[in-house]
Amino acid sequence: MARGLWLIPLLPALSSAVLLLFGSRPSRRWVSLQACLAVLASFGLSVAALARLLGAAEGAAPLSGKLFTWVASGSLSAAASLALDPLAAVMILIVTGVGFLIHVYSAGYMAGDRDYGRYFGLLNLFTFFMLVLVMASNIVLMFVGWEGVGLCSYLLIGFWFERPAAARAGMKAFIVTRVGDAAFILGLLALVAAVGGPEFARINAAAAAGRLAPGLATLVAVLLFAGAVGKSAQVPLHVWLPDAMEGPTPVSALIHAATMVTAGVYMVARLNGLYSASAAAGPLVASVGAGTAVFAASLALVQTDIKKVLAYSTISQLGYMFIGCGVGAYGAAIFHLVTHAFFKGLLFLAAGSVIHALSGEQDIRKMGGLRRRLPRTFPAFFVAALAISGIPFLSGFFSKDAILTSAYSGGHVAVWLLGLLTAVMTAFYMFRLVFLTFFGEERTDAEVRRHIHESPPVMTVPMAVLAVLSALGGLIGLPAVFGERADLLGRFLSPVLGAAKAPPAAVEWNLILVSTAATAGGLFLAYLFYLRYPGTPARLAARWPFLYRTLVGKYYVDEFYGAVFVRPLLRGSEFVYVSFDLAVIDGALNGTAAAAQAAGRGVSRLQTGRIKDYALAFLLGAVLFLGFILAWKA
Amino acid sequence: MIPAAAFLAVAATLFALGVLAFFVKRDLLTQFLAVEVMLNAANLAFLALAKASLKAEAQAMVIFVLTVAAAEAVVGLAIVLLVFRRRKTIRTEDLSGLKG
Amino acid sequence: MAWVLFGILSFLCLGAVAAMIVSSNQAHNALLLVLAFACLGGLFGLLDAPFAAAVQVIIYAGAIMILFLFAIMMVDLKAGLPPERRRYVLVLAGLLGAVLLAELLIVIRRAFLGAGGPGPADGQGPAGIGHLLFTRYLYPFEITSLLLVAALVGAMALADKPGRKEAS
Repeated sequence: MARGLWLIPLLPALSSAVLLLFGSRPSRRWVSLQACLAVLASFGLSVAALARLLGAAEGAAPLSGKLFTWVASGSLSAAASLALDPLAAVMILIVTGVGFLIHVYSAGYMAGDRDYGRYFGLLNLFTFFMLVLVMASNIVLMFVGWEGVGLCSYLLIGFWFERPAAARAGMKAFIVTRVGDAAFILGLLALVAAVGGPEFARINAAAAAGRLAPGLATLVAVLLFAGAVGKSAQVPLHVWLPDAMEGPTPVSALIHAATMVTAGVYMVARLNGLYSASAAAGPLVASVGAGTAVFAASLALVQTDIKKVLAYSTISQLGYMFIGCGVGAYGAAIFHLVTHAFFKGLLFLAAGSVIHALSGEQDIRKMGGLRRRLPRTFPAFFVAALAISGIPFLSGFFSKDAILTSAYSGGHVAVWLLGLLTAVMTAFYMFRLVFLTFFGEERTDAEVRRHIHESPPVMTVPMAVLAVLSALGGLIGLPAVFGERADLLGRFLSPVLGAAKAPPAAVEWNLILVSTAATAGGLFLAYLFYLRYPGTPARLAARWPFLYRTLVGKYYVDEFYGAVFVRPLLRGSEFVYVSFDLAVIDGALNGTAAAAQAAGRGVSRLQTGRIKDYALAFLLGAVLFLGFILAWKA
Repeated sequence: MIPAAAFLAVAATLFALGVLAFFVKRDLLTQFLAVEVMLNAANLAFLALAKASLKAEAQAMVIFVLTVAAAEAVVGLAIVLLVFRRRKTIRTEDLSGLKG
Repeated sequence: MAWVLFGILSFLCLGAVAAMIVSSNQAHNALLLVLAFACLGGLFGLLDAPFAAAVQVIIYAGAIMILFLFAIMMVDLKAGLPPERRRYVLVLAGLLGAVLLAELLIVIRRAFLGAGGPGPADGQGPAGIGHLLFTRYLYPFEITSLLLVAALVGAMALADKPGRKEAS
């Protein structure tokens, strides 16, 4: 029993508690130092745990540490118990490693903010919950982490809560993910009831042994996936993520790119036994993923806010990960999760650097030509853009390729085509972003231009680290064409996620060629549209105004939800409020008070202040009294 | 021998008349007089019962009642005079300061 | 013989009170009551309570009523006051008074049904009363004297000349 595992999440938790309670007292330097060190310590411990895992014999049981039995009610028993297997090891390295870099970056980005202590406290708290989520050995504890990161997301999106837009965005995020979570809870309960316990090992074993009826397996898989749809912002529950950009940019980097939104992918990968046991679940997951990927990529084409482009890009890339899960290539999905954490985290940090340099400007129409002025931010951003577009030999290239190859060789050609289409669009919108922001003529306001400055090292160094990782990160998962044992990550994860079947080399190379061509095509198109012939987008928008407006309007999904769900609900609530809460409950209360007052007033009318009236009362009393005695004695 | 009941009947009637007087009159002084009437009726009743029960206690009782009535009359009249000085009226319907 | 006396005295007493109810002249009211109390003293005598009778006439019909007369003169209402105007007070008072009277008479009837006239009591003379007052009822006796002092002092404090101690 390695109880020491608990140190990994508890160190950030401790730091969080201190910062949330006393965060306004110590100096900023101390606050950021403590917060970053807590995460760094967790990272160190995670590396040590990884070493232990690697050193252990083949087929050994994973490390596990139980703190206490949390629920013991009848036949349901859930322990607060962590387990570290290869999958969890990968996840905690990402959470603590990338998390540490983002913590350091935040020290610079949030330097002027009034609520410094609260920020780092919440960031640490988030880290704690995320670590619990990925290390939990049973689904109930995982759900604790699940809800916890949702809470932290709400608190961090609405960090500047005095801004109405931020407050609303936080609420939207929480409520939309709640919808998914409701389904998740149902699935959780059904699953635990069917399997007899919440432990992942038990669930996957039961699924693999065929002890789950196919209908039940599908039902549970779908319900749990609904929760993932909410948490990972897939269609139709994707609407909260773009709005979540109201939060500070490092928060967007950490929570809404690298870690929290990937929790859904993690969950599916963790329960791969269940998802493989159900024939219908896989295709559903893959379809949702593919559909979302294309949907979101199309919207990223016309966004004008730098962070919103990245938000839709995240939704789209998450779709990719679900494609991987859906076709059974869980290892590929996790691989993409890892590389995405690198380059998307970097993209957000670099975007934050740009916004910081431009005194808060986020509209790319008001940027341009910044590559000369931001000599350290630009290369980082550029590398990340190359990586996400899948330019050969960067990290994104390998992870995307892994997913697409698995899709094709699994026979899911439609999914593969959609993935390819998405790749084209991804390259296009990413380089649209690059060209509009860093190339071309400077469209910044004069006042803003005067204050443009590169970010301090505390922000640029983490970006540089992530840039290196984005470039070289793919080396851990080389496809089979590069060698039998080249896929280090895949082999590491295979005890948990199963091994992927490699297609014949020729097919593999052809697929690589096709994706590369697609990517290059997208990039070239962006070059044409935004550098060579800059008037083209405007002309196209004028040519097909309906299409353009639909894209800008995000397919009117928010408006649809507002009309169908939000407004009727609000009106219903108001109706109930007025007709029941105000009328009945308040009415009863106020009525009681009014009745008491009226009674008092009525009684006080007896007090006329006149002696004779009082004397009459005496007389009446005496007469009645006497009469009573007389009657009684009769 | 005159039965005590007769005296008691007179006392009862006297008391009732005193009550009536209290409610018919509108000035404080006369109402006070009515109260004295009622007190006297009680005295009469006491004595009648003393005769009927052959106990002397009741007569002692009368002394006390009388004394208290005297004291009460003194203080009460002082108050009436004060009220008259302050409010220039002793009509009870005008004196409703304790209203509410 | 006693009955005649009883009848006259009762009639006078009750009549005086009735007249007092009717009259609206305050001095008349006071004087009528003097008559009533005097008759009452007579009735006390008929009840073999000579001490009580004497005290009644001297103190009640004498001192107390003089006090009232003084007060009436000081208040000095030029015109008298007509009787109560409000209907409901009269009706209610009359009703309740009648009921009260009825109840009292019932009580008397029940208590003394068939009781013959009692004989003369012993120890009822002034000596007897004195004996009681100084033995059994010593405390009440002393306290009553205190009460008188208190009433005296209180009345003097209350009716003191205005402007001497009044703050408002």
